[in-house]
Amino acid sequence: MTTRRKFLGGCVALAMMPATSAHTAQSLRVGMTPALLHTQHGLLGQWRLYMESQLKRQVVFVQRDSYRETIDLLRLGQLDFAWICSYPYVYLRDYVRLVAVPLYRSRPYYRAYLIVPERKPRISNLSQLRGKVFAYADPYSNSGYLVPRYQLRMAGEDPNTFFARTFFTYAHRKVIEAVADGLVDGGSVDGYIWDSLDMVKHEITSRTWPVSQSEEYGFPPFVAHQAVRQDDFQAMQRMLLTMRYDAQGKAILKALNLDGFTLSDDKLYDNVARMMAAFGGD
Amino acid sequence: MRVLFNLSFRYKIPLWGSLLIVGTAAILSSTMLLRSYDELKRDVLRNAASQGRTLAHTLLPAVLQDQVWRAYEILKSPLSANSPGTPGQPESLLVLTPQQKVYVSTLPRTLPMLADFRQLSPEFAEVAENIALPVTDTSVVEPRGSAYLFVVTPLVQDDARLGTLVQIYSKKILRSRFIENTQQAALVTCLVLIVLLPISWYWGQRTAIPLVRITERMEELGQRMPEDLSAGIYDYQDELGRLYQAYNRTLRQLREKALIEQEMIHSERLAAVGRLAAGIAHEINNPLLGMLTSLNTLRRHGDANARTLKTLAFVERGLTQIKETVAALLVEAKVTSRNLSPQDVDDVRTLIEPQARKRSVMVHWTNDLAGPLGVSSTPVRQLLINLLLNAVQASDEGGKVDVTIAMAGENLSIEVVNGGRELTEAQITHLFEPFVSADEPGRGLGLWVCYQIARQFGGTIDAKSEMRDGRSLTRFNVVLPTGVTQ
Repeated sequence: MTTRRKFLGGCVALAMMPATSAHTAQSLRVGMTPALLHTQHGLLGQWRLYMESQLKRQVVFVQRDSYRETIDLLRLGQLDFAWICSYPYVYLRDYVRLVAVPLYRSRPYYRAYLIVPERKPRISNLSQLRGKVFAYADPYSNSGYLVPRYQLRMAGEDPNTFFARTFFTYAHRKVIEAVADGLVDGGSVDGYIWDSLDMVKHEITSRTWPVSQSEEYGFPPFVAHQAVRQDDFQAMQRMLLTMRYDAQGKAILKALNLDGFTLSDDKLYDNVARMMAAFGGD
Repeated sequence: MRVLFNLSFRYKIPLWGSLLIVGTAAILSSTMLLRSYDELKRDVLRNAASQGRTLAHTLLPAVLQDQVWRAYEILKSPLSANSPGTPGQPESLLVLTPQQKVYVSTLPRTLPMLADFRQLSPEFAEVAENIALPVTDTSVVEPRGSAYLFVVTPLVQDDARLGTLVQIYSKKILRSRFIENTQQAALVTCLVLIVLLPISWYWGQRTAIPLVRITERMEELGQRMPEDLSAGIYDYQDELGRLYQAYNRTLRQLREKALIEQEMIHSERLAAVGRLAAGIAHEINNPLLGMLTSLNTLRRHGDANARTLKTLAFVERGLTQIKETVAALLVEAKVTSRNLSPQDVDDVRTLIEPQARKRSVMVHWTNDLAGPLGVSSTPVRQLLINLLLNAVQASDEGGKVDVTIAMAGENLSIEVVNGGRELTEAQITHLFEPFVSADEPGRGLGLWVCYQIARQFGGTIDAKSEMRDGRSLTRFNVVLPTGVTQ
């Protein structure tokens, strides 16, 4: 893995140089994870304006359909900041700096939910889904891919052959929909996303049945590219940390179903790193 | 069935008309409905085929990259775009793998992923056989007795079969649309029938009623003379109208014939009476003349005493009366006398005057004769006198008698009108017979004489009695041929 990181890092360093000097002078590019509910464009717009007013800088939000694309952009230095999933964070740890971690239910943690269609409440754990159809969120998702596969491995199963069929929806919300429609027999989703969707689209979540929750993992963090200037880094960090203290920031946090941001360190993601390590070169 | 054919035209024609209308409406609307069903089905299939091609095109990259969720979203797109329940809306869509397993479907609960399509239902197995064929374009599969239509589009990339798109359409929606159309058509047909049936009924009646009337009258014909058919019932020139005219014409001819027959019977009776009277008169006249001659001889040469003479005179008076009566019966019109002139009319006027004055009857004369005519004056004078005496007698006191004498072509026309009591039908029938007298004094030979004279001249005499303006008018008309036109 180390070899690979170095190789990738080399690629990034080469690609990054002209891009960094070109854009930092004008606008900040912020990558938004598809871990968010995809439809909250209005909310993201508000947040962007809030950021601009706080940072006194032009801010551009960059959204991509898969984690992989955001990861690539970040690695290529096309993004200054990004809100990424825990797994990509651990994966990119050498290239990014932790800015702040969201507080969900007042704590910087979240869990993965195993959900099944409502008609199959008799299923209570992952091992009962042998030979079934299973939906993953994204190959770089912690809760939507790494967690269930790690659980299977811990149970002595081969996650590559345990299910009859698996596929990626490239969004947690779509995993919930796939389960709700009965397209799959089960799926693993970000608990924070499921809870948030349950508040706004109960007619979808009501057709799914969360049968188990994983242990806690560090909440998907807000990160900065290593190349971001220190003053920009600090301004962003300050803005995130103080968001919950002004009305506008509080309203945006409320709409995001978050309580605020906090400072944290890498240790928060140790269990994610452990799972990643378990899959070796993945 | 026979009962139906025995029905009156009054019901049969409208019924038949209604039956035709209802039958035509039913056949037309059912044809249109079936056609519209076929067209609807064809439209659905055409749209389905085009939709299938588009979907297949979009699905290819997703299937190629094994993006199940993307394929699912693409499959669901036509379902969310249309409102459910429209005929063009597929009930479900699915993509099959080349091994005929469900790759993904819009009804995952009934058509779950990985399920073997052939084993889901017998009709799917039939469709699967079709899918297995190496086709390259969209085709329609309609298993026998199935409630579904299957539109099958292969997913082909560079001649490699990656899978198959199957669109499943429910015929139920087509059927319910068909039923909806049927209901609409039935409603419209009913509205049309509501308009057409009364019109048909009315026309049926219009045709039937004249037929019914004419039939009723023809049936009456054997028993009595029926009334005319009013032209207002059917005033057209078609066969029925012409039948009406023919019927009325025949009826008129029959009436005329009946009248002529009646007149013939009448005149034959009068002629018989005349012959009888003349025969008796001749038989009486011969001995009578002998008896009168003998009486005369006896009175002149015999030496009879006063009583005998008185008796003889009594007998002679009696015989003379018989002779006069017989002479009156034996009307002889062929007496040679001078021709009738306007002066003769004036003479009669003078002769009648005292009688009229006695009864205070006004006689109004209109004499249009200009000169002498080629008929004997004596019988005409006799006829005129008799007619006038009769009229004066028949008139009420202070009444009025109109006399008009004129030429009508070659005929001399005499018309005498009095305002006396109206004559009954029976009185008129026997008016010209001898010894028939209504109530006036006299022997009742006056009109008999008139009749005889008119007949002997080859003319006619008739009487009509009618009520006009509350007064009765009895009119005698005599027409005598003269052989010349004045």
